[in-house]
Formats: sequence, structure tokens, C-alpha cells
Amino acid sequence: MVEYSGIKEIIKPVNLVYKKSEIMTENTLSYCPGCGHGTAHRILAEIIGEEGLQSEAIGVSPVGCSVFMYNYLNIDWQEAAHGRAPAVATAIKRLLPEKFVFTYQGDGDLAAIGTAETIHACNRGENILIIFINNGIYGMTGGQMAPTTLPGMKSSTSPYGRDVRTMGYPLKITDIVATLPGSYYVTRQSVHTAANVKKTKKAIRKAVQYQKLNKGTCLVEIVSNCPSGWKMTPVQANKWMEENMFPYYPLGDLKTPEE
Amino acid sequence: MERELRLMKGNEAVAEAAIRAGVDGYFGYPITPQTEIIEYLMEANPAETTGMVVLQAESEVAAINMVYGGAACGKRVMTSSSSPGISLKQEGITYIAGAELPCLIVNVVRGGPGLGTIQPAQSDYFQATKGGGHGDYHLIVLAPASVQEMADFVDLSFELAFRYRNPVMMLSDGAIGQMMEKVYLSPQKERSKTVPEWATTGKPSTRERNIITSLDLDPNRQEVFNQKLIDKYNEIREKEVRFEEFQVDDAEYILVAYGTSARVCQKSVQLARSQGIKAGLLRPITLFPFPTQRINELAGHVKGMLSVEMSAGQMVEDVLLSVNGKVPVYHFGRMGGIVTTPEEVVEVLKSKFIGG
Repeated sequence: MVEYSGIKEIIKPVNLVYKKSEIMTENTLSYCPGCGHGTAHRILAEIIGEEGLQSEAIGVSPVGCSVFMYNYLNIDWQEAAHGRAPAVATAIKRLLPEKFVFTYQGDGDLAAIGTAETIHACNRGENILIIFINNGIYGMTGGQMAPTTLPGMKSSTSPYGRDVRTMGYPLKITDIVATLPGSYYVTRQSVHTAANVKKTKKAIRKAVQYQKLNKGTCLVEIVSNCPSGWKMTPVQANKWMEENMFPYYPLGDLKTPEE
Repeated sequence: MERELRLMKGNEAVAEAAIRAGVDGYFGYPITPQTEIIEYLMEANPAETTGMVVLQAESEVAAINMVYGGAACGKRVMTSSSSPGISLKQEGITYIAGAELPCLIVNVVRGGPGLGTIQPAQSDYFQATKGGGHGDYHLIVLAPASVQEMADFVDLSFELAFRYRNPVMMLSDGAIGQMMEKVYLSPQKERSKTVPEWATTGKPSTRERNIITSLDLDPNRQEVFNQKLIDKYNEIREKEVRFEEFQVDDAEYILVAYGTSARVCQKSVQLARSQGIKAGLLRPITLFPFPTQRINELAGHVKGMLSVEMSAGQMVEDVLLSVNGKVPVYHFGRMGGIVTTPEEVVEVLKSKFIGG
């Protein structure tokens, strides 16, 4: 058995190789164990810190599980109505063109109620970054069917599984955005393994740098999990995500700037 | 500098006044009878002169959320629409009220419900003065009765909006928006460089982060916030009531009317007096706050009041509350896009109060 004093020996500045990003606040994250939101937040916080963007960044948080994102990153924030974040971000960027403006939205927010705002902001080529967390379910309201819920997938509003004949098909909105002339960089990533976290961080850093060029909208989709909504353990959820979500939402770049 | 004299539509006057007032951004969506506002702004292209942003949004819903985003940056931003479009904007308006953001919303009212008509009406009094969207809130509501006032109220709206951190609605109608009158335009003002302390402009190391939100899940804190809003509205009720009176001193009957109806009723007062009926007019300029106290005072020395509105009777409810039973109060108004005539008003006045 390890003595308590032993831990104190280990926690010394000299041994610190991994620490909280200075952009993360002291607030406790409200997310369920195993949820990808915390990792995605951290990646964004690290990049804002590393790129020296704290005084430049204005974030727009959505309605959904990440509604309280403004409590977690120590930057200026606006909380948007459900689905309207791209419209809100449009005005911020137009009025403060030198700032780094991003939205952080879930699938219900971005691909259902906010479809018009998403498509049109991207089609106008607004110079904003959209971070899109796709976990195929409404998490905050307790596991209802999302526009991205897979065929046959059970939720509280598709208790017998999503029947595409009556409930429609999962919407690949990121693919649609990639076809728009206004989008500049569109990619789909995940944060469920260390390797994927690295890739996602690379993608978001690229998007942050691209949006400084004022060449159009950057959208980074993160296919993520929802252990609570899917009624699985975190490990089961990640496995299910790999086996079911990734075939429908394949990871990788959908649109990269032409050199 | 001299004020410039021009002949303009009310809609054009709002647009030109917005540029001259140093507005930072306009976000709109076309709808009759107010589309001249965005057309005028697009043609004037103030991005090249004052740096004002003018953007045609994909919907009224998007436009009002752009107003939210711009206002939260501390900028002077506005939108305009007409009744069905204002209904769509109500979601955004309640968020703006809940986040205590200053902005201007121009409503050039047309008849309803539904698509209704494109002709002038005053049937949006309820959705303008009683909140409009969900939750307990009020807009400050200004009612212009001329092209000149449509121009002048732009600057006044922003002054009030920023003083109280509250959205302001200019409640016009299709007649004032479309008619041409002479208008004196103020000289060009520079866009404000002042950044309010609450604005989200990127967090410098010198201050805490700013968060613009209308969300608080703690019932006790939310109630404290609701009370704060009520206190603000009460302060507005106390300090910002505006109205105009016409021949009320010796009046036995008071017409209460705003906007286009007030223009009609001014004529009705003259007509009634030519027939020996001592009529007067009270024109509320602010509909919220409503001139409750003044109407109550006047009710003490008259025989009755007639609320004249191009609606089924909306403002009359506030007149009744103000009069508080002292004298009889009636409503008269045409609907469907029909503008009341001065003669009709006098006939109703006679039939309600004098008989015959």
C-alpha cells in the first residue's frame, strides 16, 4: 500500500509533465464520466493558450450539454439561443474582424434547429471556426433522437430504433458544408484515444490558423460519445462508436485548402 | 452644422438616420412594407463611409441573433421588419432582453393575424408593449407619428437602449413607413469608440472575462435577476414617459391615439370642435412606458375617452387601466389595413358620448 506522504513526494513541480491549461478555469466540468466534451474543451483551451489568443478569442456556446462552456474557458463568451450560434458569431466577426470567433455546437443545435444558420454562415464564408460535437443524440435533455442518430439506434424518442422510413436518415451536415464554396477547411476527427486527441489538436490548430487568413469558414466535426445517453459504460461507448459511428461518419479531412 | 432637408419615405428616413447616427451594424431580411430600409442601406453602402456593417440574413431569426451577437460586443446594432417577421424575431428579442443588451428593432406594422395584409395596421401593440416573447420583460417602445420622428427616434432609441441596457422597439406602421414627407436630417455622427465594460471584445489581462448569457439555473439567483429587471422597468416608467397633447386644456372628451391614428385624430379634434364638441388628443410617444399617470389625471376633468387604434382594441386596455373607472372609455378602430378617417372618429365620438 502506497503511503499518502509518498504521493506528496511525487506531486512536485519538478515532476510535472502534464498540467491544466492556463485557459481552463477552476470550475468543475459538468460532464458525465467518459464524455468527450471535456477533452474537446481542453484541446481548444490549449490551442488558445499556445497561440496567445486569450485576448482575441470570443466564443459562442450553444444550447445543449456544453451550454455552460463559458464557465470552463477563461475567455469572453456569448451564450446563443438554440441553433443560432453561427448567426451570433457572424455579427461578432463582422463587427470585430480582427478577433478570433468560434462556435462550439452539438448535433441537435448545429444540424437540426440550427441547420439554416449553419448552412448560410458557411455559405457566406464567414471567417469563423465551428467546432461540431456529433454524438448522435440529445444529451442534455436526456437521450432523444438527434438528426445524426444512426438508423436502428435506440433513443427515448426512437425507443424501437430509428426507423428511417418515418424518422428520416442521419444527416451528414459536415459533408454538405464541405460542398459549399464558402467553407475553407472541413474535417472530421475524434477524441477517444490519445492518438486521435493529437490529430484533433492538429486539426483545430490548423483551423485556427486558417481562420486568420479570412478565406472562409472552418468546421471541425468531432465524432464523440454519450455514455449516459447511449446507456453504456465509457469503454463500451467508445467501442460502439468505433464500430457504428465511424463507418457512417468516417474520420478524416473533407475539404482542405488548395495549395 | 445645419440639418439637411430632404423629401423621404419613413423607411428611407430610418435608414439614412441610422447611417448618420453612427450605427455600427444593420441585420435584416426583406418583408413588405419595410423593405426600403435594407434596400436604401445596401445602395448607400455605408461600409465605405462610416464603416457600418449591412447584412441581409437568411431569415428574421438569423437577423435578430446577429443583433444579439453585435449588441453583446457593445456595438450599436439594429434590425427592422414588419409584423410576421417580428413574430419570428421574438425568440431573439427575449434573449436580448434576458441578456440585457441594447439594440433597436424597427417594426413597420402591417395587418394580421398570419400573413394578413401588407397594408398599415396597429395590431402589434400587444407584442410590442407586453413583452412579445416568453418570460417577464419589456421593451422600451417608441411610436413615431411622422417621417421626421422615424428619423429622430433612431438616435433616441440608442440613447435609451444604452442608458438602460434594454432593447428598444420603434413601433411604426405601413403608412408612416411608406409615406413621403419632408424630413430634417441630423449631421453625420462618428461611430462610437466607447466600449462598455460588459462587452465581449476579447478578454485582456486587465479584466475578468465577460459572459453574455440569459441563463441561470439557480432559482434564487434567477428571481433576483427578475427583480432587477422589474426595478429597471419601474425606473423607465418613472423617467422616460413621453407624450404629446393637442387641445386638452378645455377638452370634455379625450382621444388617445399613437402613430398614424394620432395624425388622423388631430384632424378629428379640429372637426369635432367645428361642430361644438370640445375634443382633445393625447398622443403617447412612448407606449412602454405608457403615460398612465397623465391619462389618469386627465380622466379627472373630462367626460370620457376614446382609444383610436387600427386594431381590434389593444392600447385601449392600457387606457382603461390608466383611467381606472373614473370615466367611460371606448375603443374605435378600423382593421385589415384600413386607415381610419377623421370623420369616422367624430361620428363614433358623438354616438358613444353625445347620442345621435
